[in-house]
Amino acid sequence: MAENPPFDEMYNPDGSVREPYRALAQWLEEQPDKALTLMQSDAEAIFRKLGITFAVYGSAEGTEKVIPFDVIPRIIAAQEWRRLSKGIEQRVKALNAFLYDIYHRQEILKAGRIPDKLILQNEAFCPEMMGLEPARGIYAHIIGVDIVRVGPDAFYVLEDNLRTPSGVSYMLEDREAMMILAPDLFQRQKVAPVENYPENLRRTLESVAPANASASPNIVVLTPGIYNSAYFEHSFLADQMGATLCEGPDLFVDGGKVYMRTTTGPERVDVIYRRIDDDYLDPLTFNPGSMLGVPGLFDAYRAGNVTLVNAPGTGIADDKAVYTYVPEIIEFYLGEKALLQNVPTYNCTDEEQRNWVLSNIGDLVVKEVHGSGGYGMMVGPTSTKAMHAEFRKKIEARPDNYIVQPTLALSTCPTYVNAGIAPRHVDLRPYVLIGDEVRITPGGLTRVALKKGSLVVNSSQGGGTKDTWVLED
Amino acid sequence: MTMLGRTAQNLFWLSRYVERAENMARLLEVGYRMSLTSRREGGASEHLVSMMQAAEVDEAFASKDRVADVDTVANFMMFDPDNFSSVYSCLLAARTNARSVRTAITSDMWESINSAWLEFSQIKPRDVRGAKLLGLLEWVKDIGHQFRGALLGTILRDDGFAFLQAGNFIERADNTARILDMKYYVLLPRAKMVGGDLDIQQWTLILRAASAHRSYRHVYHDRYKAHNIADFLILRPEMPRSLIFCAKYIEDNLATLSQFYGQKQSCDEAASQLRSMVDGTDMDTIFTYGLHEFLTEFIARNNRVSDTLSESYNFY
Repeated sequence: MAENPPFDEMYNPDGSVREPYRALAQWLEEQPDKALTLMQSDAEAIFRKLGITFAVYGSAEGTEKVIPFDVIPRIIAAQEWRRLSKGIEQRVKALNAFLYDIYHRQEILKAGRIPDKLILQNEAFCPEMMGLEPARGIYAHIIGVDIVRVGPDAFYVLEDNLRTPSGVSYMLEDREAMMILAPDLFQRQKVAPVENYPENLRRTLESVAPANASASPNIVVLTPGIYNSAYFEHSFLADQMGATLCEGPDLFVDGGKVYMRTTTGPERVDVIYRRIDDDYLDPLTFNPGSMLGVPGLFDAYRAGNVTLVNAPGTGIADDKAVYTYVPEIIEFYLGEKALLQNVPTYNCTDEEQRNWVLSNIGDLVVKEVHGSGGYGMMVGPTSTKAMHAEFRKKIEARPDNYIVQPTLALSTCPTYVNAGIAPRHVDLRPYVLIGDEVRITPGGLTRVALKKGSLVVNSSQGGGTKDTWVLED
Repeated sequence: MTMLGRTAQNLFWLSRYVERAENMARLLEVGYRMSLTSRREGGASEHLVSMMQAAEVDEAFASKDRVADVDTVANFMMFDPDNFSSVYSCLLAARTNARSVRTAITSDMWESINSAWLEFSQIKPRDVRGAKLLGLLEWVKDIGHQFRGALLGTILRDDGFAFLQAGNFIERADNTARILDMKYYVLLPRAKMVGGDLDIQQWTLILRAASAHRSYRHVYHDRYKAHNIADFLILRPEMPRSLIFCAKYIEDNLATLSQFYGQKQSCDEAASQLRSMVDGTDMDTIFTYGLHEFLTEFIARNNRVSDTLSESYNFY
């Protein structure tokens, strides 16, 4: 564990309030006793009533939970955000250029900047995508970049999510709830709006419609169905965009084109914002056992008659093993230095690094290369000796299956918990849309580890969310 | 915006299940009241069983190998997941359908059915025995009222509305026909025009099950009479649960649909065949035809409307 106390985003070490939090601090002071307790229970009622739930895998079917929402917003100054968003834009442009290259001439491999084996033998590499020309050359249209902060000016990218990043509905509903709960707080400062995300999403999707689509392209959201953990988000986004929410059986392919079954017969579909994993998209091309997908979809895609958002095979760019090369990737394609730093990452296939990792495992974070959602990871300082031993064995058995990073002292934000207001660790997931232009929603989703001292913010592991404010000048 | 065939199907069944939940509560209330007032040995159980016959769940109950008493029957009708028509099953199915079409219904409708389900799923069967049962049954009826209120007050009058309404009234027509059929023999004309105590009790049951025991007086200004009761529930156009009201409403809604889509469908014909059974006729004609035969035919034609509707609009 880091020796210094973690960076707190609201209070300086001397107890004074940091500039962006001034108005909030004042407001908190004015609140009568129990006001926050009331707000907290109101918030819960609002979320439950709206049905904003997620399903917990592994528990009984139909179990739905409301992600805990913390009523104290997280605040980012205008100038901090400008820096961040520049870095994010640089990163997503480079990652899309990388994807185009990997599925075409593979210059970066030829130049020896990334080992061939790391890409070509990677499970996330999708050979079916070779030579395919996606609309506007874009592969990842919707990206969530996970960022952590460890100091006033120290931001790190923890990971890039280029498959189907979720959580954007929480960003929107958190704002909605916050405006109901504390409207007066919004009057005291200018907070950048997030509400236009659905409109921007629609514009992004329209901008990547196939060339032969009609002037107003038919957009659908493809969901695995109501038992998926993120179903609420799928229906929410479809609703907000005015798109049709489809399941696999609602679509079919005929003559290389995709149609949906409507009350009046087949209707052509141009853009599919799919929230189904690559493997399940098309039983004819990918997993033949998939009941969720649409037979023949990939051929229609290859023929340029439909756009899939995101493209299949984008996982190669957010693979945890490829992650360490992102600064390299930015330099190679853009000729620029990376504006946002990666978290230093140890490579366990290198003997010297591995030995160091094995003897210091108690201080480190170990992540499975293909794991997500906080599953299959170990945070050294908060794990038992037995866990350390278990992960030592795992790393020795399959060194290429793990990446190891120092335990970062994630910044903290004041959070309302049973004991009152106390600092809790947070991260940040800004959402980026890439189509005719790059659109980044100010702020994003702040996830907060509600357990004291915990660094794991995932909702599946007891994390909550906060409304995230980017202040305007 | 064009509508998926599956969306139309989900809307149709969403409404059917909400209506069915309410009808089950209504039937159970009648069975419960009758069983309380029965003086005869075994009479309570008989009332409960004939109520389950009307709901067409008597066989499912029999397979459970339990004695029919107020507790077992109430539990079966309210909470049993094996009973596909229990209030539990209906509300769950309604909510599942609603969840699938979140984007096609208003948030008021969603909140109404979602909070009904969440509250219902918190209830423990052992807490609602005896006197508390009636309160719970009232609450289930309120769920239906609330949902319809949210629907009528907020949803666009487009194809989605027509599918919802068709589901609601096809289910209601089916329910009213079944209630009548359960006790059709006490409604048959007899030499003695004045009913005995037992008859009056049975008639009250029928009227109550259709929430019609008070409105009857407004229409007929008369004592309960078998002929009037049959007339009220079959042929009175102002009675919102009567067969003619439902049949006309179904036909109108399907006409709205075919206008909306600009094409007549086979379900329009089926709906007109349903309506023609109750339109321009009187009770004497129906009694001559045979009340039971008439009701059986009506239920079959009503099912046919549901089936052809599924085909006409690509439910799958």
